[in-house]
Amino acid sequence: MKSLGNVRRSFTPWADGAARPYIAFENVTKRFGDFTAVDDLTMHVYEREFFSLLGPSGCGKTTLLRMLAGFEEPTSGDILLDGQSLKGVPPHQRPVNMMFQSYALFPHLTVADNIAFGLKQEGMERGAVAERVDQMLKLVKLEQFARRKPHQLSGGQRQRVALARSVAKRPKLLLLDEPLGALDKKLREETQFELMDLQEQLGLTFMIVTHDQEEAMTMSDRIAVMDAGIVVQTGTPGEIYEAPNTRYVADFIGNVNMFEGRVTAIDDGLAEMETGDGFGIRAVAQPGVSAGQHAWFAIRPEKVDVTRRKPDQDQNAVEGEVWDIAYLGGLTVFNVRLDSGTIVKATVLNSERAVEDPIGYEERVWLSFDPDCGILLER
Amino acid sequence: MSGRWTWFNVTSVVLGFAFLYIPIILLVIYSFNESRLVTVWAGFSTRWYVEMFNNQGLMDAAWVTIRVALVSATVATVLGTLAALALVRYTRFAGRTLFTGMVYAPLVMPEVITGLSLLLLFVSINMDRGFWTVTLAHITFSLCFVAVVVQSRLVSFDMSLEEAAQDLGCTPFEAFWKVTLPVIFPAVISGWMLAFTLSLDDLVIASFTSGPGATTLPMKIYSQVRLGVTPEINAVCTILIGLVAIGVITATMVTKQRAVADARARQADPA
Amino acid sequence: MNLFRRLTILIPYLWLLVLFLLPFLIVFRISLSEPVLAMPPYAPQFDLGEGWAAFRDALSQLSFANYVWLTEDALYRNAYFSSLRIALVSTFLTLLIGFPLAYGMARASEGLRPILLMLVILPFWTSFLIRVYAWIGILKPEGLLNQFLMSLGLIGEPLTILNTNTAVYIGIVYSYLPFMVLPIYATLEKMDYSLIEAAQDLGCTAIGAFWKVTARLAVPGVLAGCLLVFIPAVGEFVIPDLLGGSETLMIGKTLWTEFFNNRDWPVASAVAIILLILLVVPIVLFQNAQARAQETGS
Repeated sequence: MKSLGNVRRSFTPWADGAARPYIAFENVTKRFGDFTAVDDLTMHVYEREFFSLLGPSGCGKTTLLRMLAGFEEPTSGDILLDGQSLKGVPPHQRPVNMMFQSYALFPHLTVADNIAFGLKQEGMERGAVAERVDQMLKLVKLEQFARRKPHQLSGGQRQRVALARSVAKRPKLLLLDEPLGALDKKLREETQFELMDLQEQLGLTFMIVTHDQEEAMTMSDRIAVMDAGIVVQTGTPGEIYEAPNTRYVADFIGNVNMFEGRVTAIDDGLAEMETGDGFGIRAVAQPGVSAGQHAWFAIRPEKVDVTRRKPDQDQNAVEGEVWDIAYLGGLTVFNVRLDSGTIVKATVLNSERAVEDPIGYEERVWLSFDPDCGILLER
Repeated sequence: MSGRWTWFNVTSVVLGFAFLYIPIILLVIYSFNESRLVTVWAGFSTRWYVEMFNNQGLMDAAWVTIRVALVSATVATVLGTLAALALVRYTRFAGRTLFTGMVYAPLVMPEVITGLSLLLLFVSINMDRGFWTVTLAHITFSLCFVAVVVQSRLVSFDMSLEEAAQDLGCTPFEAFWKVTLPVIFPAVISGWMLAFTLSLDDLVIASFTSGPGATTLPMKIYSQVRLGVTPEINAVCTILIGLVAIGVITATMVTKQRAVADARARQADPA
Repeated sequence: MNLFRRLTILIPYLWLLVLFLLPFLIVFRISLSEPVLAMPPYAPQFDLGEGWAAFRDALSQLSFANYVWLTEDALYRNAYFSSLRIALVSTFLTLLIGFPLAYGMARASEGLRPILLMLVILPFWTSFLIRVYAWIGILKPEGLLNQFLMSLGLIGEPLTILNTNTAVYIGIVYSYLPFMVLPIYATLEKMDYSLIEAAQDLGCTAIGAFWKVTARLAVPGVLAGCLLVFIPAVGEFVIPDLLGGSETLMIGKTLWTEFFNNRDWPVASAVAIILLILLVVPIVLFQNAQARAQETGS
């Protein structure tokens, strides 16, 4: 997964206790009638950060963004921008701009007029507007399209106009609601990198809403994984992938195998776990895990080894039958059916897979992994 | 839906349109008849058009009708657009059900009832009947038609456009004025045209609510028709039909041309 | 709530309250009065300036006498039944002509459809009165239809069509045809033709597929079209007045006569209220159908 290579600069203000958050959600709750969209949420985002809100639809991520833009007011709690409370400030007075999921390009205005809209509204003088518009058109490579109307553009071009319009006013904070949702896969991947470049070039803080975990992993400094109105985990892409704090996060980001069981003993920082699949697991015990409790062990498919020979370890090894093989070019995915009936996914890089005499369908194989490869989850 | 066009389809379409158009075509043809007897062809002539323009009563009525239609269509468009906004945007306010009912009811209300009820209102508040009572009556019933036309456009209006405008620095009213109104403007124009035609056409409501000195063209035509068919009336009708046909065809062509221009712009992509 | 929003609701609301709802209440109140030879020609009059007792006295004079009379008098009863019958028959005839037309339009080629649609809408924009008037010249005894039929030798002497119920049927069908065609066309046009192919693939004949698929799916459009024709037809005045004869009884015409010729405002008002009551059921049906169409359509 390319996200793991996402170390574009050393930038970790969240780890610095003295840094002041640029955006602070303090105990924010938002209710729509009986429905609680955001539930007592506290979250801090720092200046120049590329921050993603990730979660399934209806988890409250868009509501969070809309409260920041001023289209919704929190039911309780407060939102601070650069130390100032946003309570009661109408959208048109907030130093925040938003890029809408539908792009919301004004259909009656040309591309240039769309980009100039916010500048004229600000009372910027004519010449300066024209200059800024040219600059923005160049930035998104749409110079020849200035006189077009939005419906005369392709989806990708519209997306770039929307982006140019939302950054034209040089907001300190840009909110992006599923900015790439309407693009096809190839264009989406290209645009991800363009967005990252743009953010760095302009020195903006980006807060982006997405349901696409790969997109969030690629672009973000940090990700907040949301579920039903609360933030389940906040962390860098690496942290979230490697050390999910719940089954929900582990399951939402990437593929994962999950074994349910009971912790029998804790010994020297390692937990012994009894699973319902007929084998024992030994895994790194998080602080707080105690003997006798119910737990889950989560392990990524690429961390599971597939061998014909029984590995010399009693724990973290189980036998099964190859049920399905999917060849994906760079890697091969094995679905192995344990005798308990559970299907376990294991991926093997094709550069390491035996070319002669490869493992085939219905073969009996052994699956094994190291104690520090997976993670023990309490919920 | 598409598929094969069978003989049955062709026949029903041809017969249907023949039924719709033959009476109008005959009316137009006989407006150029030399004879006073409408149904006996006696050679081509435009004398009835000349007589029509010399008929002061008819011309006065036409002038009243146009004034009523212009004023009532314009006011009805403003009120109807507001009503449509209220219906689509504000789903919760006191008495919304009553409001919705009052907007839709006039669409299906028999004209005799609307006319009668408005007249009784004007009588009970001692308002002199004439130009303004007809205009008020026309505003009231056509504002509902405008509301329906504009509402159907507003329903599909992307609210994020207005939010985007606010995000870029507009107050709610500015956002409406600079973004929403221009976007829904074609629907507002259609609403105006509909209100204008409804006012131009109306006989029943005008008959109830009009007074001395405010005879509208349909009232004039009606009183003459009751006395019999005359080629002069045919001439008036022909002119009205001609105006409407030109209007509708122009509107259709303009829309089509715009679509063609768009298609061309997209084809000539420099990228 | 901001000022803009408040005005948006308030202005049209007040307008409709004063010019739509209030007039109805007045009609209802006058329908409970008695006709008198005065201006305004009904009694009692309410004048709050004369004190509470006078007001109460006036209130006690209101009665449902007009309604009792309207239901007992055969002329009015017949007018109601005849209006409903004429509207019902005309609606059926309109459907008979309108459905094949809409169906044919929906199956026309993509390029032809907008033109056909415009041709259906065009007469709708032209004056109702003119379109009714056009038929007088055609239907009268020495009119164009009789001339045409006689020149073909089909009839020996002119048919009497004008000033009969037949002429009223023709007038209503002709005037309201676009109202029937447009909603039916709208539902048929949206319909996926592969549904019919699927039905045929599954063993239906062409007629069977039409009946089991097309006709069923067109029901909402047909219903909307029928109501759009039926409701105004019941209260129609111009068509029965210009094309119908003395035997043509329709309630809109009765109301007009009571009001303008007999100057009996209370009875005219009572006729209006009863007409409204007759139309409540179809109007509610129509509004429900519209609401449902809006939910699924958009």
